[in-house]
Amino acid sequence: MDTFVQQLINGLTIGSIYALIALGYTMVYGILRLINFAHGDIYMVGAYAGFFIATAMGFAVNPSAFGFVVTLVGAMAIAAALGMAIERFAYRPVRKYSKMTTLITAIGMSLLIEYLFIFIFSPTPRSFPQLLPVENFTLFGNATISTSQIMIFVISLLLMGLLQWIIYKTKIGKAMRAVSFNITSAKLMGINTNFVIAFTFALGSALAAAGGVLTAQYNPKIDPLMGIITGLKAFVAAVLGGIGNIPGAVLGGLLIGAAETLVVGYGSYVGIPSTYRDAVAFAILIIVLLVRPAGLLGSNVQEKV
Amino acid sequence: MTRVFLSLSLIFSVLFTFACVDKGANTAVAPTGDTIRIGVYGDTTGATSSFGVSTKNGIQLAFEEINAAGGVNGKKLEMIFEDDQGTPEKAKTVISKLINQDKVVAVLGEVASSNSLAAAPVAQEAKIPMITPSSTNPKVTEVGDYISRVCFIDPFQGSVMAKFAANTLKAKTAAILGDNSSDYSKGLTQFFEEEFTKLGGKVITKQTYAQRDQDFKGQLTAMRGQNPDVIYIPGYYGEVAIIARQARELGMNMPLLGGDGWDSPDLFKLGGAALKNAYISNHYSADNPAPEIQNFVKTYTAKFGAAPDSLAALAYDSAKVLADAIKRAGGTDSSKLKEAINATKGFAGVTGTITLDGSRNAVKPAVVLELAPADSKFTFKETIYPEGMTPPATTAASNSNAMNSNSNMMNTNTNMNSAAANTNTNKASNATK
Amino acid sequence: MPSWVKSLIIGIVVIGLMYVLNAMISSSGFFGMGINDYQGRLLVFIGINIILATSLNLINGFTGQFSIGHAGFMAVGAYASAYFSNTYGQGLVNSLSFLGETGASSVVLIIAVAVGALVAALMGLVVGIPSLRLKGDYLAIVTLGFAEIIRIVILNIDAVGGATGYQVPGYANFLWVGVFAVITVVVIHNIVKSDSGRALISIREDELAAEAMGVNTTRYKIISFAIGSAFAGVAGVLFAHYNKFLHTNDFQFIRSFEIIIMIVIGGMGSMTGAILGAIIVTLLPEALRYLPDLQIGGTTIVFADLRLVIFALILILTMIIRPQGILGTTELGTFLKRFRRADKNTGGLK
Repeated sequence: MDTFVQQLINGLTIGSIYALIALGYTMVYGILRLINFAHGDIYMVGAYAGFFIATAMGFAVNPSAFGFVVTLVGAMAIAAALGMAIERFAYRPVRKYSKMTTLITAIGMSLLIEYLFIFIFSPTPRSFPQLLPVENFTLFGNATISTSQIMIFVISLLLMGLLQWIIYKTKIGKAMRAVSFNITSAKLMGINTNFVIAFTFALGSALAAAGGVLTAQYNPKIDPLMGIITGLKAFVAAVLGGIGNIPGAVLGGLLIGAAETLVVGYGSYVGIPSTYRDAVAFAILIIVLLVRPAGLLGSNVQEKV
Repeated sequence: MTRVFLSLSLIFSVLFTFACVDKGANTAVAPTGDTIRIGVYGDTTGATSSFGVSTKNGIQLAFEEINAAGGVNGKKLEMIFEDDQGTPEKAKTVISKLINQDKVVAVLGEVASSNSLAAAPVAQEAKIPMITPSSTNPKVTEVGDYISRVCFIDPFQGSVMAKFAANTLKAKTAAILGDNSSDYSKGLTQFFEEEFTKLGGKVITKQTYAQRDQDFKGQLTAMRGQNPDVIYIPGYYGEVAIIARQARELGMNMPLLGGDGWDSPDLFKLGGAALKNAYISNHYSADNPAPEIQNFVKTYTAKFGAAPDSLAALAYDSAKVLADAIKRAGGTDSSKLKEAINATKGFAGVTGTITLDGSRNAVKPAVVLELAPADSKFTFKETIYPEGMTPPATTAASNSNAMNSNSNMMNTNTNMNSAAANTNTNKASNATK
Repeated sequence: MPSWVKSLIIGIVVIGLMYVLNAMISSSGFFGMGINDYQGRLLVFIGINIILATSLNLINGFTGQFSIGHAGFMAVGAYASAYFSNTYGQGLVNSLSFLGETGASSVVLIIAVAVGALVAALMGLVVGIPSLRLKGDYLAIVTLGFAEIIRIVILNIDAVGGATGYQVPGYANFLWVGVFAVITVVVIHNIVKSDSGRALISIREDELAAEAMGVNTTRYKIISFAIGSAFAGVAGVLFAHYNKFLHTNDFQFIRSFEIIIMIVIGGMGSMTGAILGAIIVTLLPEALRYLPDLQIGGTTIVFADLRLVIFALILILTMIIRPQGILGTTELGTFLKRFRRADKNTGGLK
């Protein structure tokens, strides 16, 4: 029993990270119908930004809650700026063209960020400083939870709540919903769609960067290619929940995180070795899509003639 | 219209560049001047790029030292490096480029055995000697007589740790957590299990992960239920450090065992105090007061801003072995050079005294090191010799890693560090406490 | 001149040209003219990439489906045929020894190609039948997912090498790759120009309208998917038997992306565009290895280390400057004609 609880805690921890990143995918997709493949790399940039802030400001030497918050917010701000820049210079010029064109631009952007980081910062992994002291708590039996895990849960929840508030309670959120519903009509209603799209990128990128810093607290190894697999799984999570659907992204992220860990922990009893972990996310996705073609919470839009 | 013109000119200029440069490279004659061209290939942009960068640095350092000392037979060594992005297909493409376009006289490379296995036949067919610094799969050198290596092979290293676990740590049960996407890890897993079982132990659970995974708690939690005496983790430092942290977080405090893939100054930065009670098998000990080793650690750290890992040390040795062979062959005639490389005997490298056996594998003793995260260093524990190799009588003359003069075959007495061990440079700058 | 004579002549010229090139790659050379192994290798990869690009173009460019998992089908073809060749290849070569060594290995290669194509086509059906009812991006992610699952499953099968890699007999050479590239281009060209091809294009243009006109869209989509997969399998077979070594690291999703880049850069829905794209994507990263170093003051910028950054930049810029790809949906011949005409009345082309 305690093993199962432990596995669930482990799974939900990574699931929360997937969820944070998936939110960015899903928001951008909801508005632009663009699979932003560079989003996983923004998660990586967020972790690096946090690393440099923490090192430059000396937070690495004296761990404190203040240092952690500054690092987190700083990384989110840098990633938001980068997200907006990418949107402005790469995606906006190709926005009106076919899906393939935008997809290739996104892939090109992803490769550009990765290879640029490898070139500038070398591919050798760096060790992210511990910004808050780590402690382990025993829940019951053998099941433990660490402060970094609790932090991941709490901050992810806070950020998701904040996002929900922005989208449903603010004017810009209303504008985002309008643009995602129909970009042309939104424009006709006097909404500055370019601004809304840029804002969406900033918001998504900031969440990804938060994911980057939080992961780095839990698992201090950061390197320029860390965003590839995590980004891909977060994308799968977004599609699983119903791409364009915000609660769906959170649900998808948690589900994939939990499923992965449970397969690693118990798969061997049913003949699935733990190496199949990366295949699990895709297998779940495929099965769900075959039953519900628009994802778990997605609504099936009737095609217009 | 402008767009059409722009894009067309973009594409054609690129193709034109290719055509031109290609022609240029074609007409270039094999260098007969005052340099000897050595090809080096590795991954500097792919999933294993940190290994490729270490390897490249190690070789670069060796070449610079050799050239500063007057070169080989009066000629300077020139390194031509190509990136293979960590895929076997590209590894084969770039080794072909190095041999056919750049006309190198020898090739050093690849870390991953799979990439070396893909590339080695090209070198063998072209009769260009290739030394791999760190591909440990036995199959690599079986490709042919032009292929050799300066590292251990998996069967030896796997059995070393099994012996240490069974004899020194008196472990009865072991768990293995291996990297299923790495050939190196699978090799060590297999041979550790074989030897450990032979010595009366039992491997109670085997779990796997894939390279670049970030979360291992699932596997570790599954192991925790079975409570093994030791956990063998034959992986690379990046993942291993995280595994150690997560294991300790889960309250698993048994000894962790590993191989030379752990050896990196970054291991302590990433793993911190979690690395207490861990042991690895390695080629050398940075503690070793031998001047070659201390000198290498010092110059490498000064040049690249980080202490060398085992891949850098092996790469450095492979370059030195090659230079030594060119000297002995009296030139770069490929057949003579091959003979000279294969006749390498008792070469004092930083990773031990290298002698190539009949299958062109390096035969050298392994050291078992204990991790001391408080000081961010590895401390010497014992030396284990391969079968059929006699331990040297004294340490005085040789640069062997045996720091203990009365070490016996296959089973040695554990040893305290010499006083010199404390003058250690392998100190990570900001170790986490 | 009747059209079949014309085709015959073109066929003979193309095969002859490839024979000469093949002879040049071999160590003896062709009348003193030689291409070294590296250049030959790039030519072979151009051929393999042409097969991959034209076959994906059938699915994405002509049928308008969104598959981004082509590398998975390539892997299936490669591993299935490699397993066949390793198990039965030597025996077959021995029993066919009366054909001579080249003849025997050629026969085995053709059987291997058939095996690879068949298995890949079956896999295409298995993947296609359930997933082709998904649309657009959902289909894309499912194909990507299948390709990754295929790769992970193969990585865990020790009978085909697992993480160590898999040795394969080297039955293929440039001549065979060239022949199959030509066959692929001709077959797909003929499909596109046939009635069925019209049906495929109608699905791309408007699936609902196509259905209303009586096109069985599901059937055509699945057929196009299976044929595309079969040719991806052929490319895999040739890759395996030319490279003589297989490893799952060669079939990561980045290779699927590479194939998409080929068809988008060349021009979606253009045969010659896909071929042009295959050539560019094969040669460009290699050409960038030759970038010279730049000395500024005391520091040296090694541009060759930046080659992949430059490649990514070229990719983004091409998409911004020419979003429909170099040729768009037109073929090279038409494109050049229009280009000339447009040149005359300046700016007639959008």
